[in-house]
Amino acid sequence: MARNVSFDLNNPLLEAGLESPADEEGVHDSFNQLIAEQSQNGELPEALELQQLQREFDEEARDNVPYLPSPGHEHGGLRQRQGEMESEENRQTDPLVCEVWSSATLKILSSMPSRTIGRSRGAIISQYYNRTMELRRRRQSRPSIRDFSPSARPSIRGYGMDADATDAEGSGVSKRERLVNNLQNLSVSDRVRMLQGMPLSVAEKRELRRLALQKEKHTLSGSQIPCCSQLKYYLIIALRQSWYSWLSFLHSLQLWQVLLKRASGRFGSGVLSYFLFLKTLLFFNIFLFLVTGSFLVLPQAVHPPVLPAERPSFTGLELLSGAGYFSDTVMYYGYYSNHTLRRSCRDDPGSQNPSVSNSTSTDCVSKHLSYNMPLAYFFTIGAAFFITCIILVYSMSKSFGQSFRIDKSHSILAMKAFCSWDFKVIKKSSVKLMSENICTQLKELLAEVNQKHVKNTVCQTLWGLTVHGLAWTICIASTTSCVVGIYFFSEYMQQNLKETVRSPTHNPLLKEASLLALPVLVSLINLLLPGLFNLAAWMEDYDSPSVRTYVSICRNLMLKVSVLGVLCYHWLDRVADNPNTIGVTCWESFVGQELYRFLLMDFIFTLLDTLFGEFLWRLFSEKVLKRRRKPVFDIARNVLDLIYGQTLAWLGVLFTPILPGVQILKLLLLFYIKMGSVMMNCQAPRKPYRVSQMTTIFITLLCFPSFIGASVCVTYTMWSMKPSSSCGPFRGLKTMMQAGKLWVQELEKDNPRLSLLARAHAYLVENPFFLFVGAGVFLIIIYFHSQVVDGQRKIISLLQEQIENEGEDKKFLITRLQSIHERKRTPARRLTSQDSAC
Amino acid sequence: MGNKQTTFTDEQLEAYQDCTFFTRKEILRLHSRYRELAPHLVPLDYTNNPDIRVPLTLIVTMPELKVCQGPSEGRHCWRLDCRLTVCLCWQENPFRDRIVETFSEDGQGNLTFNDFVDMFSALCETSPRELKTIYAFKIYDYNRDNFICKEDLEKTLNKLTKGELTPEEVALVCDKAIEEADLDADNKLSFADFENMISKAPDFLSNFHVRI
Repeated sequence: MARNVSFDLNNPLLEAGLESPADEEGVHDSFNQLIAEQSQNGELPEALELQQLQREFDEEARDNVPYLPSPGHEHGGLRQRQGEMESEENRQTDPLVCEVWSSATLKILSSMPSRTIGRSRGAIISQYYNRTMELRRRRQSRPSIRDFSPSARPSIRGYGMDADATDAEGSGVSKRERLVNNLQNLSVSDRVRMLQGMPLSVAEKRELRRLALQKEKHTLSGSQIPCCSQLKYYLIIALRQSWYSWLSFLHSLQLWQVLLKRASGRFGSGVLSYFLFLKTLLFFNIFLFLVTGSFLVLPQAVHPPVLPAERPSFTGLELLSGAGYFSDTVMYYGYYSNHTLRRSCRDDPGSQNPSVSNSTSTDCVSKHLSYNMPLAYFFTIGAAFFITCIILVYSMSKSFGQSFRIDKSHSILAMKAFCSWDFKVIKKSSVKLMSENICTQLKELLAEVNQKHVKNTVCQTLWGLTVHGLAWTICIASTTSCVVGIYFFSEYMQQNLKETVRSPTHNPLLKEASLLALPVLVSLINLLLPGLFNLAAWMEDYDSPSVRTYVSICRNLMLKVSVLGVLCYHWLDRVADNPNTIGVTCWESFVGQELYRFLLMDFIFTLLDTLFGEFLWRLFSEKVLKRRRKPVFDIARNVLDLIYGQTLAWLGVLFTPILPGVQILKLLLLFYIKMGSVMMNCQAPRKPYRVSQMTTIFITLLCFPSFIGASVCVTYTMWSMKPSSSCGPFRGLKTMMQAGKLWVQELEKDNPRLSLLARAHAYLVENPFFLFVGAGVFLIIIYFHSQVVDGQRKIISLLQEQIENEGEDKKFLITRLQSIHERKRTPARRLTSQDSAC
Repeated sequence: MGNKQTTFTDEQLEAYQDCTFFTRKEILRLHSRYRELAPHLVPLDYTNNPDIRVPLTLIVTMPELKVCQGPSEGRHCWRLDCRLTVCLCWQENPFRDRIVETFSEDGQGNLTFNDFVDMFSALCETSPRELKTIYAFKIYDYNRDNFICKEDLEKTLNKLTKGELTPEEVALVCDKAIEEADLDADNKLSFADFENMISKAPDFLSNFHVRI
């Protein structure tokens, strides 16, 4: 509505053809930019209106032909009608009541543009013609509008005038020719995109394409193309071919197509979203693993440092505990050397000695082949986190944009009716379930619409509040007690370790096994407490399933965040402060091992949960309880478990660069196990599930507490923790940050011209002030953005109002038109009744 | 794919590729599936664009559907390349007939190969929102008057709920739904109304496609 409207003024007869009696131009007239060009003298507006009016009357006169005995009456009739119109204006009767239209009005109505969109061939062709025109104009340097014949001008409203194909076949053909012309002038990719997007049948599209190509070839051969441009032509074709094959190759790479399809066919989009989320996490980890693998693990594996002679033998328990045999491998932070790896110095034994910090002391000359490990470590981790952050924020904002469209509570019923059917679902029982689902939802909505204000009594409200309060108290109390338990248990385990260090006769296997106690406890808590929360939610008996899900997410999140908080405190404060007391020389490696154990235990307990919670429970309920109900797959909880695991992986990547690889394996296994379990044991969820909103929430959770928390921990470690002095790439430094600082200083020493860089580094990286400024700017941008969205929302509501008004106007105009027809016909009938009886 | 006899010329394949969201391989697979529907009707050779229609009854009672009743649920789905697994096991889809009807050129549900390709192209994952909206509108517009009026909505609702709602409830839902979505107060949904409503339903895109 807000766009300026254009209209072709001087070719209505040409365009629509005289044989069309009901030309919709009579109804939806608009103005033309052509006029602005043609009549650049000041008399534009009045002239325009006059022309407009005149044409309207012409149209109606034409319309009137069947009723008028001879065309000679036209002018008289015109004048007469003019008078009528005026008189009617004075009377101002409201004819909206009458709803039975004459056939002429109906014809006009049916050819109105809003009713022909995507419908008739002609309308689509002209719509796409206009689009190609716009595209061409945007691509090219905007040719003057005079270059086109008047009728070729795009109407800025997306659809042209000659909408009705049956009525205006002739004009449809010419439009089509012009569309072909336009298509031919587009670039190849644009043309393909246009063709693909057209809501026409394939046969039609192929014909269009054939015509376009034919013309192209014709022009090409006609102009006697030189050899080189012919070569170009073939080159383009070859490129396109290879692009297609590349695309199809990419598509064939997509993981798990069939399995995902099967799951969605049985369970609908809700369960599918879990697996898609898992897939997303897998890609995050693959990215992380590729980065750390290629920049840290591989270079270090190629240049192995000299290891202490006696290494613990492989016992098998290492796979669980990650300690022992694994502890001095490329898996952990402690293994990485702090010197520069040089290829050319391999034959020089002195430079290979890892125990001394010798990055400057070697006599190796060729510096261009050196690989500064501490620097690489520092920047790889930093860059990996940075890129992950960008990807996460981007996907989060995209998913926000998709799922939280403006004003959500509008037209729920209509949406339910049209958009709730999941066309993917094919299993018979699931389909039945879904239709039952929709049915109950509709009923609920109806009930809501009918009786919105059923007030509970005070007593009921009080009771409800008490129950909610009780449930929350139970949840918070249990969470707190668990967290306190973990706190003291970790302290106790540390004391235990100290004692075993003091008495070296202790069995090393037992010592390793005792390391597993804390992860087992935490995983057990993670497994059992959600059950308690579910029990509390069952007690509360929420009305709306979404509130129930939110509450459950909230409680689970509270638990996981506080558990991880305590653990982080344990690692970064207790363990890192005095690692020697527990017999650890390298606290980073120890923390890395701990994280490995946690990750593994989490996986094992998820498997146990799958086995007991889904498989055995199904057997139990089928065989013992004789119920046909299968357990329902709890999407929210499972996704939160995934997020928890991912947080561990992010936390650990600094200490265990290979941890993303472990996480990849875990996710792969988990995918197949969960898929099998879901297919075998579960039934489709009975509660409706808002997929896109939930996906948004999950991605947000992945970003906000999970990723941000992990990166805060990692940054804190890099920024202000003292790395252990006898191992790892940062030994001998005060903080990990200093690696970068030293490098910059060295650069400055080598090349004084780079002092600017050094100063920039000192100010930008080491000074927390800039970090705060950056964060502040980021927040301000977000704030502005939300303000803009808010403004748009207001504008949208205004526009909606306007559309409503337009609708009213349209109605009014139609009734006016109808009444004019009626009146016109009465005298006409009187005349014709003398000639014929019909 | 036996390559002894060509099904399509290169030119044809390229045309299909440009006009749909499918690749060459997928088109060939689609053709072989189409042919499986009625082997006696559909020739292998499509180079001269034969005008052949497979009737609705054959399309919805395909051999694949029989597998459907068997124990394994996965097998009835065709695997077209890795990207595209088309499932025509719509025995349960209440809109099955309607979709086929919408895409058939003659409106009777008889599909030519072009219509067949068209149908899957519109329902596939890569097809844009606009196209999907247009076809969804066509599907829901039973009487083809370019409006979704109360009768259309009633039919949709009855298919959705399989007659579980009482007629009064259906009527009430129709009234309310149209009232909610109708912008210009003409008591029926034009395409613009429909599009506007769809744009607010984030699940539409994910729901309106046959999983690929």
